[in-house]
Amino acid sequence: MTKRGQRFVKVLFASMLLTLTVALGGCSGDKEAGDSTQIADKTAAESSDANAETGTSSEAADNTEEAASHITIGIPQDLDSLVPSLSQGAGTQEVLFNIYEGLYKPDSEGNLIPAVASGYTMTEDGLVYTFTLREGIQFHNGNPVTVEDVKYSIETCAGLNGGEPVISAFSNIESVETPDEQTIVITLKESSSSFMAILATVEAAIVPADADDLQNNPVGTGPYKFVSRSLQENVELERFDAYWGEPAHIQNITLKVLADTDSIVMNLQGGAVDLVARVSTAQAAELGDDFEVLEGTMNLVQAMYLNNAVEPFNNEKVRQALCYAVNKQEILDFVSEGKGTPVGSSMFPAFGKYYIDELNDIYTTDIEKAKSLLAEAGYPDGFSFTMRVPSNYQQHIDTAQVVAEQLKQIGVTANIELIEWETWLSDVYQGRDFEATLVGVDASTLTAGAMLSRFRSDAHNNFTNYNNEDYDTAYANALAAEAASDDDKATEYYKECETILAQTAANVYIQDMCELVAVRKGFAGYTFYPLYIQDFSKLYIVE
Amino acid sequence: MEKKRAYSLNFIIGAVITGVMLVLILTGFIHTPYDITKMDSTAKLAAPSLEHLMGCDNFGRDIFSRVLKGMGNTFTIAVATVAIGAVCGVLIGAFTGYFGGWLDEVLMRINDVVFAFPSILLALVFVSIFGTGKYNVVAALGIAFIPSFARIVRGEFIKYKDMDYVKSARLAGVPKLRIIFVHILPNTMPVLMSSIMIGFNNAVLAEAGMSYLGIGVQPPDASLGSMLSESQTYLFSAPWYAAFPGLMIILMVLGFSLLADGNTKRV
Repeated sequence: MTKRGQRFVKVLFASMLLTLTVALGGCSGDKEAGDSTQIADKTAAESSDANAETGTSSEAADNTEEAASHITIGIPQDLDSLVPSLSQGAGTQEVLFNIYEGLYKPDSEGNLIPAVASGYTMTEDGLVYTFTLREGIQFHNGNPVTVEDVKYSIETCAGLNGGEPVISAFSNIESVETPDEQTIVITLKESSSSFMAILATVEAAIVPADADDLQNNPVGTGPYKFVSRSLQENVELERFDAYWGEPAHIQNITLKVLADTDSIVMNLQGGAVDLVARVSTAQAAELGDDFEVLEGTMNLVQAMYLNNAVEPFNNEKVRQALCYAVNKQEILDFVSEGKGTPVGSSMFPAFGKYYIDELNDIYTTDIEKAKSLLAEAGYPDGFSFTMRVPSNYQQHIDTAQVVAEQLKQIGVTANIELIEWETWLSDVYQGRDFEATLVGVDASTLTAGAMLSRFRSDAHNNFTNYNNEDYDTAYANALAAEAASDDDKATEYYKECETILAQTAANVYIQDMCELVAVRKGFAGYTFYPLYIQDFSKLYIVE
Repeated sequence: MEKKRAYSLNFIIGAVITGVMLVLILTGFIHTPYDITKMDSTAKLAAPSLEHLMGCDNFGRDIFSRVLKGMGNTFTIAVATVAIGAVCGVLIGAFTGYFGGWLDEVLMRINDVVFAFPSILLALVFVSIFGTGKYNVVAALGIAFIPSFARIVRGEFIKYKDMDYVKSARLAGVPKLRIIFVHILPNTMPVLMSSIMIGFNNAVLAEAGMSYLGIGVQPPDASLGSMLSESQTYLFSAPWYAAFPGLMIILMVLGFSLLADGNTKRV
């Protein structure tokens, strides 16, 4: 009997350990699918700076002293694919950014710079883009990049080689022509202001037309080339010395998969890893003197997203009451030592001209006001609702707890329900089966539409069921202004959209979270991008 | 002679520990020194002091209060789990053991199937279908715990059903149900009690494991497992955060183990 009991305990322990490993392994770095769902819809401004030629081909500087340099970088999950067009996770694409390049690519300011192309022109009607191939550009295997490679890559993404379009926005591509050895002409079915931005994503990277096994032998044009990979363990990269642009500084990079978030601190302190992006404030605090912690922003909007179609959140006064009851600064203080940027609408500061800082001041915490709004809305005694939070994001869970506590002050009870990321995607994001949820929504391109298009009443990804005629009108006006190449006007309308979101309290907007990057002393050059990108080529070693 | 040493040392220690635990749990149900969700930005990760006996967590919530409440949650879930497992297990075990036949075959094979899965895995599947939360965890673990009880009770019933006193009861025309529950069941009690206590321990650990994985008690409510999970980031800067919930799990399990141990020895 007791023996059986002991065995049972053993089995139980073993199974607990097993499930723990599996579950924790599954937890980390699940940003992927969410981002890929957010990629689908991009519409906005990116048309003005046609024909930008900023070829930077400074010949490989003297790198001899860094010949044997090496850095180990911790990544939260293994790469889901080494084929750029098939990659899904934001965590995968931020790595592939270093191996592959599209015709254009984003720089750290959020501008698009020429990569495989050296420039482009666009016809008045915005339908025909003519790209010039960069001269002398090579793939990692030493073969020159030809227009045929470009044609093949773009056509594959657009589904013109048979099969579904890999990038849904590319279904807009009518044809890809190569009139001569230096020119690629892409014709669109209808003009699209976001075409260039999407062309610059890593999914639209240029790969060799004759590459048959990119998954095991990736070949691109980026500053680093692939060397080897050990599944769920690491990926080895080496500097590509024939890179067309400014070459990378560090010779070898090992990307080590740290699936268990709790092991990050130990890996850093133990010397197994030199750099980890996106550590938590608590982890950063544990690191000690050997590390420098750089602070940037995650470039997303963390908010308590409300299902605007369900009681009582279909009542604007209720939503406003919640906004008045939530104290953003207090959340920041509790969750991230005060770090982060409070925001007041669906736009974060990296967007520059689209971002309106003042919207943050519309709802300064005012419990009395919140109570009276609730009373006006017919809930003098408050109400209770369920907030579904993805269980793999500790920061969102923490924030949710603080929000729940703050809402108690106005008699509103928020019951937190933790759900798996997959469940969140299918039930909350796609199924819209929720009352409230607390997550961060990021942008895949720096076009205003990447943040704002989802709040149109008929948008397929309008998971909050936001429905406001003024908003739809303002958004349509913005698109119209863009089509007419009136950028100022478009910006104005986009700002109107943001303001409507804030004034109608579409969601309880909280913050753009701070991103902490732990770098071992001796390394420098980590560059923050306004998008979800890690640029290894800028890292260098300091004495 | 053997009977004279009614209570072994183990049993006494176990009883004392369990007693103290029960007192703490009861206290937690009636009163906690602080509101368990009350946040205090000035006391974030505060070390244990007279004001906060076990220190504070990352939100400045009093860990002692949360441990009290968490023990209550863990205890209730464990008791409910064992109750479901034991009641269903006894019924299934008793009937299959006493009657045998095809029903026995079918139920025991089903039992084998359920038993073949680690209980946590089974519970995880259950929770992923029916959702997270306290009651679902109880149901999930409860079901997962049935087979072990059923097997034990069935074994006992097979042992007793052909004994003379049962035979004579049967000859005397005593109804079958009465034979099962009045004549045989009390004889299985020693074994059953031990397995209930071991089951309780397993349930405590399982609940802690489930909450550790974030699928048991939902925040901001506390259970010992969820507290352990939340505390791991602060293992070095605020070790007390992990230590006290962990200690309580150990004491709870230890207490019952000693009780069970003493109980078997006594019999």
